[in-house]
Amino acid sequence: MAAIDQSRIRNFCIIAHIDHGKSTLADRIIEKTGLLTSREMQAQVLDNMELERERGITIKAQTVRVVYQARDGKEYIFNLIDTPGHVDFNYEVSRSLAACDGAILVVDAAQGIEAQTLANVYLALDHDLDVFPVINKIDLPSADPERVKNEIEDVIGIEAQDAPLISAKNGIGIEEVLEAVVHKVPAPKGSPDKPLQALIFDSVYDSYKGVIVFCRIKEGRVRKGTAIKMMATGATAEVVEVGYFGAGQFIPCEELSAGMVGYLTASIKNVKDTAVGDTVTDLDNPCAEPLPGYKKVNSMVYCGMYPADGAKYPDLRDALEKLKLNDASLNYEPETSIALGFGFRCGFLGLLHLEIIQERLEREYNLDLVTTAPGVIYRVYKTNGEMIELTNPSNLPDSSEIDYMEEPVVSAEIMVTTEFIGPIMQLCQERRGRYISTEYMESTRALLKYELPLNEIIYDFFDALKSRSRGYASFDYELKGYEQSKLVKLDILINHDEVDALSFIVHADSAYERGRKMCEKLKDEIPRHLFEIPIQAAVGGKIIARETVKAMRKDVLAKCYGGDITRKKKLLEKQKEGKKRMRQVGNVEIPQSAFMSVLKLDDK
Amino acid sequence: MRDLSIYIHIPFCARKCLYCDFLSFAASAAEMKSYVNYLTQEIKGQSIFYRDHSVISVFLGGGTPSLLPAGETGRILEAVRENYRMTEGAEVTLECNPGTVTAEKLTSYITYGINRLSIGLQSTQNEELARIGRIHDYETFLETYRMARTAGFGNINIDLMAALPGQSISSYRKSLERVTALEPEHISAYSLILEEGTVLFDRKEQYHFPTEEEDREMYQMTKEFLGERGYQRYEISNYARDGYACRHNQVYWQRGDYAGFGLGASSMVWDVRWRIPETMAQYKDYVENMQKSMETDIDFMAFAPWLENQRDLRWRERQILSIKEQMEEYMFLGLRMMCGVDSRAFYDIFGRQMEEVYGPVIEKLMSQSLIEKEEGRLKLTDTGIDVSNYVMSRFLLY
Repeated sequence: MAAIDQSRIRNFCIIAHIDHGKSTLADRIIEKTGLLTSREMQAQVLDNMELERERGITIKAQTVRVVYQARDGKEYIFNLIDTPGHVDFNYEVSRSLAACDGAILVVDAAQGIEAQTLANVYLALDHDLDVFPVINKIDLPSADPERVKNEIEDVIGIEAQDAPLISAKNGIGIEEVLEAVVHKVPAPKGSPDKPLQALIFDSVYDSYKGVIVFCRIKEGRVRKGTAIKMMATGATAEVVEVGYFGAGQFIPCEELSAGMVGYLTASIKNVKDTAVGDTVTDLDNPCAEPLPGYKKVNSMVYCGMYPADGAKYPDLRDALEKLKLNDASLNYEPETSIALGFGFRCGFLGLLHLEIIQERLEREYNLDLVTTAPGVIYRVYKTNGEMIELTNPSNLPDSSEIDYMEEPVVSAEIMVTTEFIGPIMQLCQERRGRYISTEYMESTRALLKYELPLNEIIYDFFDALKSRSRGYASFDYELKGYEQSKLVKLDILINHDEVDALSFIVHADSAYERGRKMCEKLKDEIPRHLFEIPIQAAVGGKIIARETVKAMRKDVLAKCYGGDITRKKKLLEKQKEGKKRMRQVGNVEIPQSAFMSVLKLDDK
Repeated sequence: MRDLSIYIHIPFCARKCLYCDFLSFAASAAEMKSYVNYLTQEIKGQSIFYRDHSVISVFLGGGTPSLLPAGETGRILEAVRENYRMTEGAEVTLECNPGTVTAEKLTSYITYGINRLSIGLQSTQNEELARIGRIHDYETFLETYRMARTAGFGNINIDLMAALPGQSISSYRKSLERVTALEPEHISAYSLILEEGTVLFDRKEQYHFPTEEEDREMYQMTKEFLGERGYQRYEISNYARDGYACRHNQVYWQRGDYAGFGLGASSMVWDVRWRIPETMAQYKDYVENMQKSMETDIDFMAFAPWLENQRDLRWRERQILSIKEQMEEYMFLGLRMMCGVDSRAFYDIFGRQMEEVYGPVIEKLMSQSLIEKEEGRLKLTDTGIDVSNYVMSRFLLY
């Protein structure tokens, strides 16, 4: 296969706020272009693809190589690189961006710029990408493209007057977008003759091929047989296959050279060895420097995950192992809880990441889970000068040993229409936010900047934000650092027994309020027993709130004759099944739902 | 020869009570006649499968069986007598609502061999009766009761209800006083169960219902009040004078064979449970098909519900009970009776010791004082009765 002319390659991504039409536009681009250059239309290639199809290998979402027949009569190769949409995956976003030379900014013609759009655009500009805007959903009655164009120019400061006006949903204006890619995204640079330097921007695990590394070749070339080295992790391997991304399958090719985006496999068994952001180089002819920007991703949010049915512990372990193969940012280690038995303390990039993993465990692995309240990593400075990073509240040392504690704080940007500034500021205040500034985007919208403790936003901040702004506020944050804080451990006692899985760290000022709400919630969740059950909240051994579950007086079926027996048995089975799903603490049976319900204290 | 009890369902009511979720509805005389035609065919047709049984009890339940014209009731019982072996002195009960019978009708009942009458009174307070939608008042009941005695009924049950909307402990006590003054042989006293889908359930916000504490107080009072007057509690909600415990109902709790005929009726024979279809059209279809195959003598065994290899389509919820399920039922049904379950009988039936199967459960429940052991029998304590669902659920095996 002849080398592909670098000037005909365009590597780009699409950045957008959720729901502004990123995926739809990607789908349209794939539709309007071809999979292969005419030169590549060979039987052999197609056969290979067939094989891939049989094996059922599919590539991740939207990272795809397509061929575009441009108006200038030439064929261009487009590598459309997917970027995760959420703030939890900020680092992944930044690595994906580093694999691109340009970016399409999709802005909703009615809603205009949102906080997330802004954050991603700045990120793209930081990576020296050429960003050009596209105004989507122009067919909406509420579309106001002129206003949005001005907003883009005012707020972001990029040229927007000739932005394509499109409707990805209805296929309007797609050609213009494709042409703009040709003309506005620069062709890649880099020399195939220099030592190999390739950026890893993603990877997936395949049970046949091992880890499939997604990379952008910055310099040099790589082909089957090349001995490679990951510069950060130090892992070495020999390349088995290189190729690029068809829509839905991997298409092997001879060689990947500078400027190209593609994949390589090298019988690597562990995703950990191929960290996103790492640089791949030639073992025998290494480049001098790794590409900039690599950092080790650390978990920000921790929670305990336990199988609802204790016997499923090995299943949970296997499932986590498998997920970890594909998700290097997932961390877990075994832990035990008196209330919940054997489980894992899991670390995530953020709450969304946590929810995704939880959902995948439940759906793909058919596991019923009990999750404890998510927490952040606290730094506990002990009087003996030692510092521990606390991920599990149960491990908090005795207060006499603690000098002081620190908690992570984030810089948050909230974009909101002016009418909701009041309620949103109030919300941030309630969450111990420190006000930084307000910037007015235009007459009706403002960008609020706050510093907020991370543990105040990992619960339900996003929901609260949406409900107090009728859905109009958008939100983005990044970790700022650690700050000293007055933190206490709130314990819950049920029938005088401390339930470790319900303990959590909270700011001293909100301990009472949280304790009271927890007790109220638990009172509704815990079924009546044959005896009275006190539910208490305590800080440092001092009871600060109490509720009582009254004893059950009556649970009897008055009538049971010939026709009632089948039904009666079902009722008893349900009752027994319910018990099975409960956790025994002392002599109290606590339903799984009780552990989960306390995660949502503000629902009422 | 095995004992058999026969239940016959009469799904007709003058009007549905507001708390009722039973299978019942209003019907014309012609519809009743037609139903009895099918019923007698079913009773006759099925009898071939009960050649090795002899009938110890018959129970006409409903609905309101006393709504049927006397002649129709006669036809039903005739079908039973002609086609089944009856035990000497078999108990034959008919459920009756106040105001639905005349002296004549009651006399003909006696002629048909009905020897036990169960009268649905529920309360002696007219405003309580009205609130739950009963068709009668207390005075009508008194008349019916007296007529029944005059006609010669020597075994009468009266149904009472506790925990009714607007009922107080003292008004309930008044009902107990009035009913015991009449000296029936048997009293059933139930706590109202608010079933979803009933009118009363939908209206529950409108009324004041006795609290759980009051409900339990009423229950406790019933036991004491009736006990002092010679009525022994022999099941959670049933009280009788010596020798008058309802034989038919005990069969359910002792897991004897019973065959149910008529719309939606339930049966258990040879440890197989099933139920007859619940809509009139399906029921008639079922009986017609059975009739046809009997006449042509082709494949009539296909209508023996308890045969193991039956197609399950004809019957609802058909279930061949495993040994495990039989044990479970033995426990949770048996514990309803105050005499409890007998561990020797358990061994005789299942060939395993009760202790071996349920040891830890029994131990736990005894430590909670919910059950007690007495001469090899295991029974609920008074507290155990209050939370008997909990106790019984513990005896499910898996």
